[in-house]
Amino acid sequence: MNDAPSAQGTAPLAPSASARAGFPRADYLRASAVGSDFGVVEKPITVWARLYQVTWLRKLVILVLLAVLWQVYAQRLNNSLLVPTFGATIEAMIDGFRHGNLLERALFSLKVLLMGYSLGIALAGLFSMLAITFRLGNDLLETLTSMFNPLPAIALLPLALIWFGLGNGSIIFVLVHSVLWPVALNTHSGFLSVSNTLRMVGHNYGLRGFGYVGKILIPAAFPNILAGLKIGWAFAWRTLIAAELVFGVSSGKGGLGWFILENKNQLEIASVFAGLLTIILIGLFVENCVFRVIEQRTVRRWGMQA
Amino acid sequence: MTTSPLAISRADGGAAPASTAPDATPLLDVRNVTLQYKTKAHLVTATYRVSFQVHRSDRFVLLGPSGCGKSTLLKAVGGYLTPTEGEMRLKERTITRPGPDRMMVFQEFDQLLPWKTVLQNVVFALHASGRLRGRAATDRACAYLDKVNLTKLADSYPHMLSGGMKQRVAIARGMAMEPDVLLMDEPFAALDALTRRKMQDELLRLWDDTHFTVLFVTHSIDEAIKIGNRILLLSPHPGQVKAELNSVADPADLAAATRLEQKIHRMLFSDRVEEEERVHE
Repeated sequence: MNDAPSAQGTAPLAPSASARAGFPRADYLRASAVGSDFGVVEKPITVWARLYQVTWLRKLVILVLLAVLWQVYAQRLNNSLLVPTFGATIEAMIDGFRHGNLLERALFSLKVLLMGYSLGIALAGLFSMLAITFRLGNDLLETLTSMFNPLPAIALLPLALIWFGLGNGSIIFVLVHSVLWPVALNTHSGFLSVSNTLRMVGHNYGLRGFGYVGKILIPAAFPNILAGLKIGWAFAWRTLIAAELVFGVSSGKGGLGWFILENKNQLEIASVFAGLLTIILIGLFVENCVFRVIEQRTVRRWGMQA
Repeated sequence: MTTSPLAISRADGGAAPASTAPDATPLLDVRNVTLQYKTKAHLVTATYRVSFQVHRSDRFVLLGPSGCGKSTLLKAVGGYLTPTEGEMRLKERTITRPGPDRMMVFQEFDQLLPWKTVLQNVVFALHASGRLRGRAATDRACAYLDKVNLTKLADSYPHMLSGGMKQRVAIARGMAMEPDVLLMDEPFAALDALTRRKMQDELLRLWDDTHFTVLFVTHSIDEAIKIGNRILLLSPHPGQVKAELNSVADPADLAAATRLEQKIHRMLFSDRVEEEERVHE
């Protein structure tokens, strides 16, 4: 205690060990916890707060609100040729599924879509594999994606019709085009963003070639790959419906695009809406059930995406 | 100096170098190795004619300031770089590419595969390298996870673990492969001081257990003395051997450790003075 003030006094002149000690205080050691009056450590939250945390419930509320808005607006407009009510659309949809050919059309579209989608993914995988293995492959992919990615798939349809004729061949061709480039681009950038440490770990195990790509690069780049698959899926849908609208007329049977066009020509506007709603519902299902489940089982569980 | 040339290794008799016949030939022989790498504008020489020998059960430390090429040297032993001059031989075979006989433990926490659990990470290493399959791999992985006290977390994913735990998994993975030499690249540098100290103690405890050979890179003099039984001191720009020293025989002998630390400090420090003088001239 005695030398502390003097140390303070001399500090500016000669910085010594005692000058660094600061304001003098005694040590103390706490024998036990001070008390237990801090209330409860855990407290259950209210039912509303808990319900609010359920993501799908919040989204469902939004969907219901949109449907109500639609219904109210359409009723006030009172013109079923421009905007049929939500109720009429649902009615037309149920009718289309039960008595009409809506289900058949939807399945037809999905079949073609899945064929084009999987073929596109397979090609994208091949391209990205080449790109990560060879430098020339990398240049090839980069050049091709910058050339073809901005090119709308539908612009290729006239050419496809000449090459493959009226039929699924042409549609699958444009579908592959619409899926291939975004998926390849995302996969490739995912491969490139794999950390150097993980690459070295893979090589340390003696992995090379396909084993290295399959066991290290693909899982490590999975967040990007999944994003690419989602974009590819959306692009494929758009392209498919657009393509069906263009040449569904000339081929005897078609998918949802043809269903929409057919009903428009007959001024069955409620059925047109039902066709559109079917596309939306399929999209919602795939996004929220398929992709979300994949996401939760993979990248979220692995902590690679919040 | 108090450190005699024939230092008694930790865990006496377990592996005294040069005392028994099979240890006479080094496990890892690095001869006149010059390493160069290209940046966009320069050809950088990382190390120049570095030689050293690592014997079985050595805890061999590469110590030096940043820029002395110690990490580059370790990566070359790992097979990720090819020397422009000289050669590196492990068990009399020239090192040409990475392989599971030289397992790396990195400084970065992202060295674990995030899509595999702790146990799967260790098992996958054994599978992918073809060391062990099926039940045998799982058993060995469990045994080594037990050694680093991570049995309880075997089914957790890496992102749920703290930095120290991740490094322990990486060490368990490296050891489970039972490589000829474990290469550790500043494995504790990104940890907080308390955890680092604990990990150093744990590493030594593991060594007491299995007497594995480890090549350890660090820039901390303190850590080098604590971990190593033999210390290679490198000078920077480019990395060259400055000295090869025995560490203290008894880690509890604080006085000897302090003396060695000061000696190494002087050796590294004298360099810097010279450099500064050169600048002034």
